[in-house]
Amino acid sequence: MNKVHKDATAALAGLLRNGMTIMSGGFGLCGIPELLIKAIREAGVKDLTVISNNAGIDGAGLGLLLEAGQIAKMISSYVGENKLFAEQYLAGKLKLEFNPQGTLAERIRAGGAGIPAFFTKTGFGTIIAEGKDVREFDGESYIMERGLTADLAIVHAWKGDTEGNLVYRKTARNFNPVMATAGQVTVAEVEHLSEPGTFDPDHIVTPGIFVQRIIHAKNAEKRIEQRTTRPRPTP
Amino acid sequence: MTGLSREQITWRVAQDLPDGAYVNLGIGLPTLVPPFVPSGREIVFQSENGLLGVGPAPAPGAEDPQLINAGKQPVTLLPGASISSHSDSFLMMPGGHIDIPLLGAYQVSERGDLANWMTEGDGKPPGVGGAMDLAVGAKQVWALMEHTTRKGEPRILERCTYELTAPRCVTRIYTNLAMIEVRDGLLVREIVEGLDFAALQTLTGAAIRLAPDCRPMRTAA
Repeated sequence: MNKVHKDATAALAGLLRNGMTIMSGGFGLCGIPELLIKAIREAGVKDLTVISNNAGIDGAGLGLLLEAGQIAKMISSYVGENKLFAEQYLAGKLKLEFNPQGTLAERIRAGGAGIPAFFTKTGFGTIIAEGKDVREFDGESYIMERGLTADLAIVHAWKGDTEGNLVYRKTARNFNPVMATAGQVTVAEVEHLSEPGTFDPDHIVTPGIFVQRIIHAKNAEKRIEQRTTRPRPTP
Repeated sequence: MTGLSREQITWRVAQDLPDGAYVNLGIGLPTLVPPFVPSGREIVFQSENGLLGVGPAPAPGAEDPQLINAGKQPVTLLPGASISSHSDSFLMMPGGHIDIPLLGAYQVSERGDLANWMTEGDGKPPGVGGAMDLAVGAKQVWALMEHTTRKGEPRILERCTYELTAPRCVTRIYTNLAMIEVRDGLLVREIVEGLDFAALQTLTGAAIRLAPDCRPMRTAA
């Protein structure tokens, strides 16, 4: 079993086609599979449906695919940081299916677990509930949401081994572990790549069964979207 | 009538958080609450992108791009903090594990409907983020808001005019003018000094009742 590929382009070989659905991990610019996104941009595939909490920002993350006009539809929870997204959406060039953030996470979890639909209270009594089945359980109302899967999931992790076992760092974990379970094929980019046996099995977050291909991203960029610090102490 | 400053509203809220509470901080006003928690009281703050035990902003130069809050700002972790994925983090609200979400609000109705994610005609693509998830499942939801708009129009109403975040969820409202419980309508528990009940009613878009033990709103000494 050889899951390791030399770079992002090699890891995506044979997987990309027009009209496919791609899940992309990350929250804002934190924990995104930067090199895999760049390789999808270079491959030039179009009419993509992309499932990701955000759409990157102008010039970074999924913003690169928006710039190149490769995305036809986003399934997201919040796209407010991206001007280009707003332009394309308001011009009718881009479809948006927006979800409450926890509903998005649970839809992906359900998809990865082979569960086609579930009921949640989130969104009941709001525009999110429009057109959805409502059922009452124990005197409370819930709406039905569908599980989500993708042709390809691309995720970022802090450390991985050649078996595809993944470990995450701080809030760069976010959607990555759940998306890894919901791709027909999951490709991971990891900051540190090790031989099997390096990690304590008790500390592995994503077991290698969920990851088919892996690349070592030594120098991926990490950016801060909203820089805020405590005031400098006054002398 | 300006009443309390933003810092005073958040100070007032912080005094009511019970020791040991797990509290989510919504974006906006709620993020100002933590420094005002009385010393000796332990409150565990959650940020829904996977953090429990959120600490203050980092010192300049100590920012970690992989350690951010739900507003995508760098934060720090306190001893005892933990990290989880979005799947685990977002089951803490609807599953009833978070004691009190503190949420900013555009509007709250007399039956506790909350509108805090979308104003009308802002010309942006819709995006709700985590707002709806946070408002669902907790026994108490506290809304923090200015009592009126900048033009002086009420934001506490019989019915919200903006798109709802969740119906019947807010249990308590802290504003610059009053603290109001949502309990079979709106019960005024505290009013800011210098404002009487009749004047508060004219600034509120739904009928309010005066609690028998209504007090002046406390502020930091």
